[in-house]
Amino acid sequence: MFVSWATGLSGKVVDQVFFYILAVSVFLLALITFLMVYFVIRFRKKRNPQATDIRENIWLEIIWTIVPTLIVLAMFYYGLTGFHFLKKAPVEAMKVKVTARQWSWLFEYENGIKSIELRIPIGKPVKLFLTSQDVIHGFYAPAFRIKQDVVPGMTTTLWFQATEVGTFDVLCTQYCGLQHAIMMTKIVVVPSEEFHQWYQKGREEMEAIKGKPRGAQLFQEKGCIACHSLDGTPRVGPTLKGFLGKTVIVITDGEERSIEADDDYLRRSILEPNTDVVKGFPPIMPKEKMADEEIHELINYIKGLK
Amino acid sequence: MTENGTFEGTHPIANFYQDQGKHRGILAWILSTDHKRIGLLYLLLVLLFFSVAVFFGFLMRLKLMAPGFPLMKPQMYNAIFTLHGIIQIFLVVIPAIPAIFGNFFLPLQIGARDVAFPRLNLLSWWLYISGAIIVFLSLFTGGGPVDTGWTFYAPYSLRTMVNVPLAVFGVFILGLSSILTGINFVTTTHRLRAPGMHWFRLPLFVWGIYSTAWVQILATPVIGITLLLIMLERYLGIGVFDPAKGGDPILYQHLFWIYSHPAVYIMILPAMGVISEVIPVFSRKRIYGYKAIAFSSMAIASVGSLVWGHHMFVSGQSDLASLIFSLLTFLVAVPSAIKVFNWVATLYKGSIELKPPLLFALTFIFLFSIGGLTGLFQGALAVNMHLHDTYWIVGHFHYIIFGGMGFGFLAGLHYWFPKMFGRTYDCKKAVWAWVILFIGFNLLYFPMLILGWEGMPRRYYDYPPQFHTLHLLATIGSWILIAGLIWIFLNLFQGLRKGKEAGGNPWGGTTLEWQTPSPPPMENFERIPVVEKGPYEF
Repeated sequence: MFVSWATGLSGKVVDQVFFYILAVSVFLLALITFLMVYFVIRFRKKRNPQATDIRENIWLEIIWTIVPTLIVLAMFYYGLTGFHFLKKAPVEAMKVKVTARQWSWLFEYENGIKSIELRIPIGKPVKLFLTSQDVIHGFYAPAFRIKQDVVPGMTTTLWFQATEVGTFDVLCTQYCGLQHAIMMTKIVVVPSEEFHQWYQKGREEMEAIKGKPRGAQLFQEKGCIACHSLDGTPRVGPTLKGFLGKTVIVITDGEERSIEADDDYLRRSILEPNTDVVKGFPPIMPKEKMADEEIHELINYIKGLK
Repeated sequence: MTENGTFEGTHPIANFYQDQGKHRGILAWILSTDHKRIGLLYLLLVLLFFSVAVFFGFLMRLKLMAPGFPLMKPQMYNAIFTLHGIIQIFLVVIPAIPAIFGNFFLPLQIGARDVAFPRLNLLSWWLYISGAIIVFLSLFTGGGPVDTGWTFYAPYSLRTMVNVPLAVFGVFILGLSSILTGINFVTTTHRLRAPGMHWFRLPLFVWGIYSTAWVQILATPVIGITLLLIMLERYLGIGVFDPAKGGDPILYQHLFWIYSHPAVYIMILPAMGVISEVIPVFSRKRIYGYKAIAFSSMAIASVGSLVWGHHMFVSGQSDLASLIFSLLTFLVAVPSAIKVFNWVATLYKGSIELKPPLLFALTFIFLFSIGGLTGLFQGALAVNMHLHDTYWIVGHFHYIIFGGMGFGFLAGLHYWFPKMFGRTYDCKKAVWAWVILFIGFNLLYFPMLILGWEGMPRRYYDYPPQFHTLHLLATIGSWILIAGLIWIFLNLFQGLRKGKEAGGNPWGGTTLEWQTPSPPPMENFERIPVVEKGPYEF
């Protein structure tokens, strides 16, 4: 694969500056290399046994100081105007809160929906408010040409606007430990209609959960639902439908072993998620701070998922 | 040798290998205060550490040969890329040219008998080897090898279970060694120049080493203090960098790069000095723009100390800071360009002999230009948003550090080899080995630039399948590159054992080191020379 098409408004802006610098650079490199090779051949000892002493020409020195200065200042300027665009989100942008943790992403919309993928409508600017629960991560969407470090203890922002429907990679670019390489998710760009249906449905689910027991609410609030389905379909993590009491194969320190998924195992998986990971799933579940009583409620709820 | 420091009556003069000092055997080396012996001690260790780091690099490339290739576990890969970086940066690239060639040739080139503080010089070497031992000890103690990357970014470095404190302590000691070497070289250049060797008669290698020494003195303490803060935070729980304790992780990045960006100039300025020596000698011509080259070294050293924030455009630092750092970054590109133009102009109407040192020097110009030009992309704020922390960066800095400093080192090694060891090597074999190395180098690092542009992040133990072809090419490149390196050093080693006697001045150089026998005697000059002309009058 030698092609990497850009998408979105940001992709276009960044690529313009990129190709401008590329053109100038290729020209300069070709010039330097050509002169070097030509001089070595033309003035080789055999053909030119006696070197000619050449005194410095002050004008030449001035020219090759000023011309490169102008060239780099132009590059600085283009880089800056692009940056200005990339940093200034339109006021009408849809706001999404992004939480990074070792080693997964969680997106939270204004109406409270949580998702592990970033689903957005086409043609609408989206502004991300990013923060981290543990170490520094990097939110990177290569197709959109945008990136922002996600730092614990502060909120950084990033905006972009999709111009075509499709699915695009999100990767972590700031080294964050063991599973840095698989801390990935997707940006899913859908038509506005489809987005609004999804957004509405999520809203209704949120409403429906309000009257439910504390455990069910926690399951939603803590974002468990993003990776663990309730209907038997596997997502990033195993489904929790009928999970309790099953015998599962887990990976402990690289070794497989068979255990019964009892209360104890669930508790351990919430406190130290990556010690015994169910086989076939990546070891990326984040640690969530929870009170003892909350864990108890949550386990009770999972018990009931037949 | 008589007591007043002349060699009257002892012909032929004993060279520094034969000299009978206080100690015998290995002690005559590891307790020697002679700048040439210390230079060779550094050479031995640097080559040893370089081999280790290249082996780690080889393992990394092997792991990335195909997606999902089961060579090693993630933790192992994370440790290996960290060690590759720590060893190459702190044990190889930073000390290589200043500590080896600087030690050996700075006194010779300015017409001195040794550096200003010979015993301090020996202490620097001992600190260097101690730091190295501590770094290697950290692999087998505590929680095991560090997995933070050579950058030790907080808060990850504060929380990971591995042996971070010992590793950063090792780097701290290495920093101390670097500072002392810098102090020694600045003092030597100021105080020990031979009569008539005024500032604009200094060889340009001396200018390179001199500007580097200032960076070593002024920037290294910052990383020393920063690494100590990491240790304090880990042991005592003081919240300087960890936001969970009220600290600021961005502050860590500032402090780290205040040293580590200028460190790039510690790597490249001495290499530029080597190039400025080699080009006039093999063109048999005065260097074009002596003053422009000398001043641009000082300009790079000073402006280069103010551009560290370009490592942090996407870190969360303020947009205004990014703007200023971007502007300064572009300006620091200019003196490097001036050097390149002057080197190329020196070739014009020369009488050029394309011997191995010149071949490596011209390759330096080509690869360093690619490194420098790719740097312009990263300096542009908008493009940096895309390229930061991708393989583009990895490709870029290998073009600068290996293509620049590495090829500068090889140019210097092939240039000064006859002076250091008194023998020559096979020039034809050196050229063939260069061909292999050049092909391997570009096949290894050029695909990384494309990978980065396609969006492949760095420090990944595995990758999505769309990146496979380019990763495979890079891995094949690494094999060719290693073959080239092995051949280069085998050829030199053979020269060392069986090469013809070189004589005092095999290349017809005009700087003072070529006026001594090869290898030089213990105190370099029978009589301190009186300098009456510039360094490159042919």
